[in-house]
Amino acid sequence: MINTLQDTVAVADTVHKSEGGSGWILDHVLDSHKIDFEPFGSINLPHLSLFGLDISITKHIFFSWIVALILIVLLVVVAKSYKKSLIPKGITNLFELIIIFVRDEIVKPTIGKGYEYFLPFHLTIFFFVLLSNLFGLIPYSTTVTSNIAVTAALAGISFVAIQFGGIRSNGFFGYFKGLIPSGMPALLLIIIIPLEILGLFTKPFALCIRLFANMIAGHVVILSLIGLIFIFKAFVYVVAPVAVGFALFIYLLEILVALIQAYIFTMLTALFIGMAVHQEH
Amino acid sequence: MLTGLNLSILIFASEGGGTIIDVNPGVIFWTVVTFVILMFILKKVAWKPILTALDQRETLIRESLEKAENAKEEAEKILLKNQEMLAKADEESKKLVNKSREYANGLKEQMLKESKEQAQKIVNDATLEIERQREAAFEELKSQVAEIAVHAAEKILRENLNMETQKKIADNFINEITKN
Repeated sequence: MINTLQDTVAVADTVHKSEGGSGWILDHVLDSHKIDFEPFGSINLPHLSLFGLDISITKHIFFSWIVALILIVLLVVVAKSYKKSLIPKGITNLFELIIIFVRDEIVKPTIGKGYEYFLPFHLTIFFFVLLSNLFGLIPYSTTVTSNIAVTAALAGISFVAIQFGGIRSNGFFGYFKGLIPSGMPALLLIIIIPLEILGLFTKPFALCIRLFANMIAGHVVILSLIGLIFIFKAFVYVVAPVAVGFALFIYLLEILVALIQAYIFTMLTALFIGMAVHQEH
Repeated sequence: MLTGLNLSILIFASEGGGTIIDVNPGVIFWTVVTFVILMFILKKVAWKPILTALDQRETLIRESLEKAENAKEEAEKILLKNQEMLAKADEESKKLVNKSREYANGLKEQMLKESKEQAQKIVNDATLEIERQREAAFEELKSQVAEIAVHAAEKILRENLNMETQKKIADNFINEITKN
């Protein structure tokens, strides 16, 4: 009885959605209110709202929590291992490598003096983005950072961090005064001031779009390549190996992209903070 | 058959009519909340202890290296000092040996000289003694000759003095003297 009902719904759905041939790709990369474990079924996530704002738990939020949880567990293990001995062992080696890389190659050269204050923020950004990017490569999982809302939120946090860093070291008025190059004629200020204010927002906007586009692109390409197999059903034995080969190549490229994008996001955030902190440059 | 089923699910099971650039405010809200909480938790349980440990280790390594460097310098200094001392001791001992050799030589020379002198003295003494003895013997001889001479004169006077006898006496006397 129930089976027939579900079948009816499924058929209706199929008929409804069959108009868009590429809808399934979008469906795969878009956020949703359930976690799919096709063909084993799916878990529906709760709907919530706060002051009229829809804050339902979505697939991407759920996975960002998993990412956060894994990060906490792993890093606590790493932190504990240092209590036993200062000599790194096992997983600590890997994390130490990344932590020292973020510290010495990203944060220290870009922010310079007083970088220690921003280090935890950058480490968190780096690890969160990196693990989110890599998480998308696990089957049944999803790329949290391929949701523009997530990258927008991260970029927003970067924006706040940049302004905070600037105000912290230059003072509220000092920071905003420092944004405008000194010795400008008054007439030019009319153009410069809106430009500078716009510049404040374009930096994080670029961060947001860059990460989002890079992360979604790889997935769309992989899915499109797989889709080719079904479009060229007649030539499946010719198309499938080629498509799978290319998909595998893109998949491996995705690992590189995941690392690079995490690096770029952190690097640029650090660079912008460095610029806000040391306005004289 | 099964792949065909999966295929239809994959291709046609799209759900909402959303696009990829739909910004869901709820997701922004949750991401910010998640990130901020994550940052504070990690800062407390991970970054602080890890970064402190790394700093500690770096300090430890730097200090150890400095210590090793210092120890090396110290050791080199001590080595140099030891060599110097050894050289000095060597020189000292050489000097001491030379000095004692000189002393021994001096002593030998002196002893030789002294013994020579002693021997000379003994020889001199002996010579003197011999001379004295000889003189004494000569004196005695002289007195004996005188006595003999007196005795002879006495004898002559007692006998009858004739030519023949006189001659005889004189001959006897001369004989006596030459015998002595």
